[in-house]
Amino acid sequence: MIREFTSAEVLFIVMAVRWTLILSAIAFLGGALGGLLIALTRTSASKGLRRMAAGFIQVFQGTPLLMQLFLVYFGLAVVGLPINPLLAAAVALTLHASAYLGEIWRGAIEAVPSGQSEAASALSLSYRDRMRHVVLPQALRLAIAPTVGFLVQLIKGTSLASIIGFTELTRAGQIINNATFQPFLVFGTVAALYFILCWPLSLLARHMEARMRRAITR
Amino acid sequence: MTEKAIIMRAVNKYYGAFHALKDIDLTVDRGERIVICGPSGSGKSTLIRTINQLEAIESGTIIVDEIELTAGGDNVTKVRQDVGMVFQSFNLFPHMTVLENCVLAPMKSRKVSRTEAEATARQYLERVKIPEQADKYPAQLSGGQQQRVAIARALCMKPRIMLFDEPTSALDPEMVKEVLDTMIDLAREGMTMLCVTHEMEFARAVADRVIFMDKGVIVEENAPDAFFNNPVNERLQNFLGQIA
Repeated sequence: MIREFTSAEVLFIVMAVRWTLILSAIAFLGGALGGLLIALTRTSASKGLRRMAAGFIQVFQGTPLLMQLFLVYFGLAVVGLPINPLLAAAVALTLHASAYLGEIWRGAIEAVPSGQSEAASALSLSYRDRMRHVVLPQALRLAIAPTVGFLVQLIKGTSLASIIGFTELTRAGQIINNATFQPFLVFGTVAALYFILCWPLSLLARHMEARMRRAITR
Repeated sequence: MTEKAIIMRAVNKYYGAFHALKDIDLTVDRGERIVICGPSGSGKSTLIRTINQLEAIESGTIIVDEIELTAGGDNVTKVRQDVGMVFQSFNLFPHMTVLENCVLAPMKSRKVSRTEAEATARQYLERVKIPEQADKYPAQLSGGQQQRVAIARALCMKPRIMLFDEPTSALDPEMVKEVLDTMIDLAREGMTMLCVTHEMEFARAVADRVIFMDKGVIVEENAPDAFFNNPVNERLQNFLGQIA
Protein backbone atom coordinates (compact mmCIF):
# COMPACT_ATOMS: atom_id res chain seq x y z
CA MET A 1 0.00 0.00 0.00
CA ILE A 2 1.34 3.40 -0.92
CA ARG A 3 0.94 6.15 1.66
CA GLU A 4 0.20 9.74 0.79
CA PHE A 5 2.76 12.46 1.55
CA THR A 6 0.66 14.30 4.11
CA SER A 7 1.37 16.59 7.04
CA ALA A 8 2.00 13.52 9.24
CA GLU A 9 4.85 12.47 6.95
CA VAL A 10 6.21 16.01 6.88
CA LEU A 11 6.05 16.10 10.68
CA PHE A 12 7.99 12.80 10.87
CA ILE A 13 10.73 14.33 8.76
CA VAL A 14 10.75 17.61 10.69
CA MET A 15 10.98 15.74 13.99
CA ALA A 16 14.09 13.94 12.70
CA VAL A 17 15.82 17.33 12.49
CA ARG A 18 16.44 17.07 16.21
CA TRP A 19 18.64 14.00 15.70
CA THR A 20 20.61 15.84 13.05
CA LEU A 21 21.05 18.70 15.51
CA ILE A 22 21.93 16.42 18.42
CA LEU A 23 24.48 14.53 16.35
CA SER A 24 25.93 17.81 15.03
CA ALA A 25 26.16 19.21 18.55
CA ILE A 26 27.89 16.13 19.94
CA ALA A 27 30.34 16.05 17.05
CA PHE A 28 30.99 19.78 17.28
CA LEU A 29 31.53 19.86 21.04
CA GLY A 30 33.59 16.67 20.99
CA GLY A 31 35.45 17.97 17.97
CA ALA A 32 36.10 21.28 19.70
CA LEU A 33 37.76 19.52 22.63
CA GLY A 34 39.65 17.11 20.39
CA GLY A 35 40.49 19.91 17.95
CA LEU A 36 41.97 22.09 20.71
CA LEU A 37 44.10 19.17 21.82
CA ILE A 38 45.22 18.50 18.24
CA ALA A 39 45.95 22.18 17.59
CA LEU A 40 48.03 22.51 20.79
CA THR A 41 49.86 19.26 20.04
CA ARG A 42 50.45 20.35 16.47
CA THR A 43 52.06 23.62 17.66
CA SER A 44 53.96 22.13 20.61
CA ALA A 45 57.72 22.21 21.02
CA SER A 46 58.06 18.43 20.78
CA LYS A 47 58.71 17.08 17.30
CA GLY A 48 57.30 13.66 18.19
CA LEU A 49 53.99 15.12 19.38
CA ARG A 50 53.75 17.38 16.34
CA ARG A 51 54.21 14.37 14.04
CA MET A 52 51.60 12.34 15.88
CA ALA A 53 49.02 15.11 15.55
CA ALA A 54 49.94 15.61 11.89
CA GLY A 55 49.44 11.88 11.29
CA PHE A 56 46.00 11.98 12.91
CA ILE A 57 44.98 14.94 10.77
CA GLN A 58 46.26 13.31 7.58
CA VAL A 59 44.40 10.05 8.20
CA PHE A 60 41.08 11.80 8.79
CA GLN A 61 41.47 14.36 6.03
CA GLY A 62 42.73 11.73 3.58
CA THR A 63 39.89 9.22 3.91
CA PRO A 64 36.18 9.62 3.13
CA LEU A 65 33.93 10.38 6.10
CA LEU A 66 31.78 7.41 5.01
CA MET A 67 34.72 5.02 5.47
CA GLN A 68 35.39 6.51 8.89
CA LEU A 69 31.77 5.86 9.81
CA PHE A 70 31.96 2.27 8.56
CA LEU A 71 35.22 1.61 10.38
CA VAL A 72 33.95 2.95 13.69
CA TYR A 73 30.56 1.24 13.28
CA PHE A 74 32.03 -2.19 12.62
CA GLY A 75 35.01 -1.46 14.85
CA LEU A 76 32.73 -1.15 17.88
CA ALA A 77 31.83 -4.82 17.46
CA VAL A 78 35.51 -5.77 17.10
CA VAL A 79 36.37 -4.20 20.49
CA GLY A 80 33.33 -5.88 22.04
CA LEU A 81 30.98 -2.91 22.29
CA PRO A 82 27.35 -3.22 21.18
CA ILE A 83 26.61 -2.01 17.66
CA ASN A 84 24.88 1.31 18.19
CA PRO A 85 24.39 3.69 15.25
CA LEU A 86 24.24 6.85 17.41
CA LEU A 87 27.40 5.94 19.31
CA ALA A 88 29.22 5.01 16.11
CA ALA A 89 28.13 8.18 14.31
CA ALA A 90 29.00 10.36 17.29
CA VAL A 91 32.47 8.83 17.67
CA ALA A 92 33.29 8.94 13.95
CA LEU A 93 32.04 12.52 13.48
CA THR A 94 33.87 13.65 16.64
CA LEU A 95 37.15 12.24 15.33
CA HIS A 96 36.48 13.77 11.93
CA ALA A 97 35.67 17.18 13.44
CA SER A 98 38.74 16.99 15.73
CA ALA A 99 41.00 16.61 12.72
CA TYR A 100 39.45 19.48 10.75
CA LEU A 101 39.04 21.88 13.68
CA GLY A 102 42.54 20.96 14.85
CA GLU A 103 43.93 22.01 11.48
CA ILE A 104 41.87 25.23 11.36
CA TRP A 105 42.94 26.20 14.86
CA ARG A 106 46.58 25.27 14.28
CA GLY A 107 46.55 27.79 11.45
CA ALA A 108 44.98 30.41 13.71
CA ILE A 109 47.51 29.78 16.50
CA GLU A 110 50.40 30.05 14.06
CA ALA A 111 48.96 33.27 12.65
CA VAL A 112 49.44 34.98 16.03
CA PRO A 113 52.85 36.70 15.70
CA SER A 114 55.65 34.81 17.48
CA GLY A 115 56.55 38.04 19.30
CA GLN A 116 53.40 37.63 21.39
CA SER A 117 54.47 34.30 22.74
CA GLU A 118 58.04 35.59 23.21
CA ALA A 119 56.89 38.61 25.17
CA ALA A 120 54.74 36.36 27.36
CA SER A 121 57.67 33.99 27.90
CA ALA A 122 59.98 36.88 28.74
CA LEU A 123 57.41 37.93 31.38
CA SER A 124 57.85 34.44 32.85
CA LEU A 125 54.31 33.31 32.05
CA SER A 126 53.91 29.53 31.98
CA TYR A 127 52.91 27.70 28.79
CA ARG A 128 49.38 27.43 30.16
CA ASP A 129 49.07 31.15 30.92
CA ARG A 130 50.73 32.11 27.61
CA MET A 131 48.19 30.06 25.70
CA ARG A 132 45.19 30.94 27.82
CA HIS A 133 45.70 34.69 28.18
CA VAL A 134 47.84 35.70 25.21
CA VAL A 135 47.83 33.32 22.22
CA LEU A 136 44.42 31.61 22.22
CA PRO A 137 42.29 34.77 22.67
CA GLN A 138 43.99 36.24 19.61
CA ALA A 139 43.79 32.97 17.66
CA LEU A 140 40.09 32.66 18.52
CA ARG A 141 39.26 35.85 16.66
CA LEU A 142 40.96 34.55 13.54
CA ALA A 143 39.34 31.13 13.88
CA ILE A 144 35.68 32.05 14.39
CA ALA A 145 34.69 32.48 10.73
CA PRO A 146 36.31 29.26 9.41
CA THR A 147 35.00 27.37 12.45
CA VAL A 148 31.41 28.36 11.70
CA GLY A 149 32.07 27.46 8.07
CA PHE A 150 33.19 24.00 9.16
CA LEU A 151 30.08 23.63 11.34
CA VAL A 152 28.00 23.92 8.16
CA GLN A 153 30.07 21.13 6.59
CA LEU A 154 29.60 19.04 9.71
CA ILE A 155 25.80 19.42 9.75
CA LYS A 156 25.65 18.28 6.13
CA GLY A 157 28.13 15.51 6.94
CA THR A 158 25.77 14.00 9.52
CA SER A 159 23.57 12.90 6.59
CA LEU A 160 26.06 10.06 6.01
CA ALA A 161 25.06 8.58 9.38
CA SER A 162 21.85 7.50 7.60
CA ILE A 163 23.89 4.82 5.83
CA ILE A 164 24.74 3.05 9.09
CA GLY A 165 21.05 3.18 9.98
CA PHE A 166 20.90 6.19 12.29
CA THR A 167 17.52 7.91 11.85
CA GLU A 168 18.41 11.53 11.43
CA LEU A 169 17.00 13.87 8.79
CA THR A 170 18.21 12.05 5.67
CA ARG A 171 17.26 8.59 6.96
CA ALA A 172 13.82 9.89 7.93
CA GLY A 173 13.45 11.07 4.33
CA GLN A 174 14.43 7.65 3.01
CA ILE A 175 11.89 5.95 5.29
CA ILE A 176 9.08 8.26 4.15
CA ASN A 177 10.12 7.91 0.51
CA ASN A 178 10.02 4.11 0.76
CA ALA A 179 6.40 4.41 1.92
CA THR A 180 5.17 7.19 -0.36
CA PHE A 181 7.32 6.84 -3.54
CA GLN A 182 7.40 10.63 -3.90
CA PRO A 183 11.19 11.09 -4.02
CA PHE A 184 11.20 14.60 -5.45
CA LEU A 185 8.80 15.93 -2.87
CA VAL A 186 10.33 14.02 0.04
CA PHE A 187 13.97 14.81 -0.67
CA GLY A 188 13.02 18.34 -1.67
CA THR A 189 11.61 18.74 1.85
CA VAL A 190 14.71 17.18 3.38
CA ALA A 191 17.00 19.44 1.39
CA ALA A 192 14.96 22.51 2.34
CA LEU A 193 15.31 21.60 6.02
CA TYR A 194 19.12 21.28 5.67
CA PHE A 195 19.13 24.64 3.94
CA ILE A 196 17.16 26.25 6.77
CA LEU A 197 19.76 24.93 9.23
CA CYS A 198 22.84 25.81 7.23
CA TRP A 199 22.03 29.03 5.44
CA PRO A 200 21.94 31.30 8.51
CA LEU A 201 25.24 29.81 9.64
CA SER A 202 26.80 30.47 6.22
CA LEU A 203 25.60 34.05 6.40
CA LEU A 204 27.01 34.37 9.90
CA ALA A 205 30.37 32.99 8.76
CA ARG A 206 30.49 35.38 5.82
CA HIS A 207 29.52 38.31 8.05
CA MET A 208 32.23 37.47 10.57
CA GLU A 209 34.81 37.02 7.83
CA ALA A 210 34.01 40.48 6.48
CA ARG A 211 34.25 41.94 9.96
CA MET A 212 37.56 40.16 10.48
CA ARG A 213 38.92 41.60 7.21
CA ARG A 214 37.90 45.11 8.23
CA ALA A 215 39.53 44.64 11.63
CA ILE A 216 42.78 43.50 10.02
CA THR A 217 42.96 46.30 7.47
CA ARG A 218 42.10 48.94 10.04
CA MET B 1 80.49 38.68 47.97
CA THR B 2 80.99 39.71 44.39
CA GLU B 3 77.84 41.22 42.97
CA LYS B 4 77.66 39.77 39.49
CA ALA B 5 74.34 40.22 37.70
CA ILE B 6 75.18 38.02 34.75
CA ILE B 7 77.98 35.57 34.07
CA MET B 8 78.28 33.94 30.64
CA ARG B 9 81.00 31.37 30.09
CA ALA B 10 81.96 29.79 26.76
CA VAL B 11 78.46 30.18 25.37
CA ASN B 12 77.81 28.67 21.94
CA LYS B 13 74.63 28.94 19.92
CA TYR B 14 73.86 27.42 16.54
CA TYR B 15 70.95 27.87 14.12
CA GLY B 16 71.33 24.61 12.23
CA ALA B 17 74.79 24.86 10.71
CA PHE B 18 75.08 28.60 11.35
CA HIS B 19 77.28 29.37 14.35
CA ALA B 20 75.49 32.39 15.84
CA LEU B 21 77.45 32.80 19.10
CA LYS B 22 81.05 31.63 19.37
CA ASP B 23 82.51 31.03 22.84
CA ILE B 24 81.00 34.12 24.37
CA ASP B 25 82.43 35.15 27.74
CA LEU B 26 80.76 38.09 29.39
CA THR B 27 80.39 39.24 32.98
CA VAL B 28 78.03 42.03 33.95
CA ASP B 29 78.26 43.72 37.35
CA ARG B 30 75.16 44.68 39.27
CA GLY B 31 74.07 48.15 38.24
CA GLU B 32 76.24 48.11 35.15
CA ARG B 33 74.87 49.57 31.89
CA ILE B 34 76.08 47.85 28.76
CA VAL B 35 75.42 48.79 25.16
CA ILE B 36 75.92 46.15 22.50
CA CYS B 37 76.29 47.13 18.87
CA GLY B 38 77.42 45.52 15.67
CA PRO B 39 76.30 44.84 12.10
CA SER B 40 73.07 42.91 11.51
CA GLY B 41 73.58 39.19 11.86
CA SER B 42 76.47 39.69 14.27
CA GLY B 43 74.63 37.84 17.05
CA LYS B 44 73.95 40.82 19.32
CA SER B 45 70.20 40.18 19.61
CA THR B 46 70.81 36.46 19.96
CA LEU B 47 73.24 37.20 22.80
CA ILE B 48 70.74 39.07 24.95
CA ARG B 49 67.97 36.61 24.08
CA THR B 50 70.01 33.78 25.60
CA ILE B 51 70.01 35.59 28.95
CA ASN B 52 66.28 34.87 29.51
CA GLN B 53 66.44 31.74 27.35
CA LEU B 54 64.26 32.98 24.53
CA GLU B 55 67.10 31.26 22.69
CA ALA B 56 68.43 28.01 24.12
CA ILE B 57 72.19 27.56 23.93
CA GLU B 58 74.10 24.51 22.74
CA SER B 59 76.98 24.73 25.18
CA GLY B 60 78.37 26.93 27.92
CA THR B 61 77.05 28.33 31.20
CA ILE B 62 74.83 31.31 31.94
CA ILE B 63 74.32 32.44 35.52
CA VAL B 64 71.83 35.23 36.17
CA ASP B 65 71.48 36.61 39.70
CA GLU B 66 73.29 33.56 40.99
CA ILE B 67 70.75 31.26 39.34
CA GLU B 68 72.23 28.90 36.79
CA LEU B 69 69.94 29.21 33.80
CA THR B 70 71.26 26.12 32.10
CA ALA B 71 70.78 23.87 35.16
CA GLY B 72 67.13 23.10 34.36
CA GLY B 73 64.30 22.80 36.87
CA ASP B 74 62.26 25.98 37.22
CA ASN B 75 65.41 28.11 36.99
CA VAL B 76 64.25 29.54 33.67
CA THR B 77 61.04 30.82 35.26
CA LYS B 78 62.96 32.32 38.19
CA VAL B 79 65.40 34.06 35.88
CA ARG B 80 62.59 35.40 33.70
CA GLN B 81 60.89 36.87 36.77
CA ASP B 82 64.09 38.77 37.47
CA VAL B 83 64.89 39.85 33.91
CA GLY B 84 62.65 42.26 32.01
CA MET B 85 62.79 42.52 28.25
CA VAL B 86 61.80 45.20 25.75
CA PHE B 87 61.48 44.27 22.08
CA GLN B 88 61.98 46.14 18.84
CA SER B 89 58.34 45.61 17.84
CA PHE B 90 56.92 46.32 21.34
CA ASN B 91 54.95 43.04 21.43
CA LEU B 92 52.19 44.47 23.58
CA PHE B 93 49.15 42.20 23.83
CA PRO B 94 46.70 43.87 21.43
CA HIS B 95 43.54 42.36 22.94
CA MET B 96 44.25 43.84 26.39
CA THR B 97 44.25 47.39 27.65
CA VAL B 98 47.49 49.03 28.74
CA LEU B 99 46.65 48.30 32.37
CA GLU B 100 45.80 44.66 31.66
CA ASN B 101 49.08 44.30 29.77
CA CYS B 102 50.86 45.51 32.89
CA VAL B 103 49.09 43.38 35.52
CA LEU B 104 48.94 40.02 33.70
CA ALA B 105 52.43 38.73 34.51
CA PRO B 106 52.62 40.02 38.10
CA MET B 107 49.27 38.36 38.84
CA LYS B 108 49.93 35.08 37.04
CA SER B 109 53.64 34.60 37.63
CA ARG B 110 54.31 36.49 40.87
CA LYS B 111 50.81 35.73 42.26
CA VAL B 112 50.31 39.36 43.27
CA SER B 113 46.71 40.44 44.00
CA ARG B 114 44.89 42.49 41.36
CA THR B 115 44.69 45.55 43.63
CA GLU B 116 48.40 45.50 44.29
CA ALA B 117 49.27 44.77 40.65
CA GLU B 118 47.12 47.66 39.44
CA ALA B 119 48.65 50.04 41.96
CA THR B 120 52.14 49.03 40.82
CA ALA B 121 51.12 49.33 37.18
CA ARG B 122 49.74 52.84 37.62
CA GLN B 123 52.90 53.84 39.44
CA TYR B 124 55.11 52.65 36.56
CA LEU B 125 52.82 54.15 33.92
CA GLU B 126 53.25 57.40 35.80
CA ARG B 127 57.00 56.96 35.65
CA VAL B 128 57.02 56.45 31.88
CA LYS B 129 54.73 59.51 31.73
CA ILE B 130 51.56 57.97 30.30
CA PRO B 131 49.27 57.40 33.31
CA GLU B 132 46.27 58.70 31.37
CA GLN B 133 46.52 55.90 28.76
CA ALA B 134 45.91 53.05 31.22
CA ASP B 135 42.51 52.07 29.84
CA LYS B 136 43.34 52.37 26.15
CA TYR B 137 44.28 49.56 23.81
CA PRO B 138 47.80 49.45 22.35
CA ALA B 139 46.55 50.20 18.82
CA GLN B 140 45.23 53.55 20.07
CA LEU B 141 48.73 54.69 21.09
CA SER B 142 51.67 56.05 19.10
CA GLY B 143 54.76 53.89 18.64
CA GLY B 144 56.69 55.81 21.26
CA GLN B 145 53.85 55.47 23.77
CA GLN B 146 53.56 51.75 23.02
CA GLN B 147 57.24 51.23 23.69
CA ARG B 148 56.98 53.14 26.96
CA VAL B 149 54.07 50.89 27.94
CA ALA B 150 56.26 47.91 27.09
CA ILE B 151 58.95 49.27 29.40
CA ALA B 152 56.39 49.83 32.17
CA ARG B 153 54.99 46.32 31.63
CA ALA B 154 58.46 44.84 32.09
CA LEU B 155 59.12 46.99 35.18
CA CYS B 156 55.88 45.82 36.81
CA MET B 157 57.60 42.47 37.41
CA LYS B 158 60.16 44.41 39.49
CA PRO B 159 63.09 42.96 37.58
CA ARG B 160 66.70 43.45 38.66
CA ILE B 161 67.99 43.36 35.10
CA MET B 162 66.51 44.87 31.93
CA LEU B 163 67.26 43.72 28.38
CA PHE B 164 66.54 46.03 25.45
CA ASP B 165 66.55 44.57 21.95
CA GLU B 166 66.79 47.52 19.53
CA PRO B 167 64.02 49.38 21.39
CA THR B 168 64.03 52.42 19.10
CA SER B 169 64.64 50.80 15.69
CA ALA B 170 60.93 50.53 14.81
CA LEU B 171 60.10 54.08 15.89
CA ASP B 172 59.61 57.22 13.85
CA PRO B 173 62.52 59.61 14.49
CA GLU B 174 60.47 62.07 16.54
CA MET B 175 59.53 59.31 18.99
CA VAL B 176 63.01 57.97 19.59
CA LYS B 177 63.84 60.63 22.16
CA GLU B 178 60.90 59.95 24.49
CA VAL B 179 61.87 56.27 24.68
CA LEU B 180 65.57 57.01 25.15
CA ASP B 181 64.73 59.51 27.91
CA THR B 182 62.77 56.81 29.69
CA MET B 183 65.73 54.45 29.38
CA ILE B 184 68.15 57.10 30.61
CA ASP B 185 65.96 57.68 33.70
CA LEU B 186 66.03 53.97 34.36
CA ALA B 187 69.80 53.86 33.99
CA ARG B 188 70.22 56.75 36.44
CA GLU B 189 68.21 54.80 39.01
CA GLY B 190 70.81 52.07 38.97
CA MET B 191 69.05 49.38 36.94
CA THR B 192 71.36 46.76 35.42
CA MET B 193 70.82 47.17 31.68
CA LEU B 194 71.91 45.46 28.50
CA CYS B 195 70.87 47.37 25.40
CA VAL B 196 71.28 46.33 21.81
CA THR B 197 71.09 49.66 20.02
CA HIS B 198 72.71 51.85 17.42
CA GLU B 199 71.87 55.01 19.36
CA MET B 200 75.43 56.11 20.02
CA GLU B 201 74.31 59.21 21.90
CA PHE B 202 72.59 56.93 24.36
CA ALA B 203 75.73 54.83 24.64
CA ARG B 204 77.86 57.88 25.38
CA ALA B 205 75.35 59.21 27.90
CA VAL B 206 74.71 56.16 30.05
CA ALA B 207 76.87 53.17 29.13
CA ASP B 208 79.57 51.93 31.47
CA ARG B 209 80.82 49.66 28.74
CA VAL B 210 80.19 49.36 25.01
CA ILE B 211 80.55 46.01 23.28
CA PHE B 212 81.09 45.49 19.57
CA MET B 213 80.08 42.14 18.11
CA ASP B 214 80.79 40.72 14.68
CA LYS B 215 80.12 37.24 13.30
CA GLY B 216 79.11 35.83 16.68
CA VAL B 217 82.21 37.06 18.52
CA ILE B 218 82.73 39.91 21.01
CA VAL B 219 85.41 41.77 19.06
CA GLU B 220 86.01 44.75 21.28
CA GLU B 221 84.70 46.14 24.56
CA ASN B 222 85.61 49.34 26.31
CA ALA B 223 84.35 52.37 28.19
CA PRO B 224 82.41 54.66 25.80
CA ASP B 225 85.15 57.30 25.44
CA ALA B 226 87.85 54.84 24.51
CA PHE B 227 85.42 52.79 22.44
CA PHE B 228 84.39 55.68 20.22
CA ASN B 229 87.61 57.70 20.19
CA ASN B 230 90.26 55.00 19.99
CA PRO B 231 88.74 51.88 18.42
CA VAL B 232 91.42 49.23 18.03
CA ASN B 233 89.77 46.68 15.79
CA GLU B 234 89.56 47.45 12.09
CA ARG B 235 86.01 46.10 11.74
CA LEU B 236 84.89 48.37 14.56
CA GLN B 237 86.61 51.34 12.92
CA ASN B 238 84.70 50.60 9.70
CA PHE B 239 81.45 50.11 11.61
CA LEU B 240 81.78 53.41 13.49
CA GLY B 241 82.63 55.11 10.21
CA GLN B 242 79.40 53.82 8.68
CA ILE B 243 77.01 54.81 11.45
CA ALA B 244 78.59 58.19 12.27
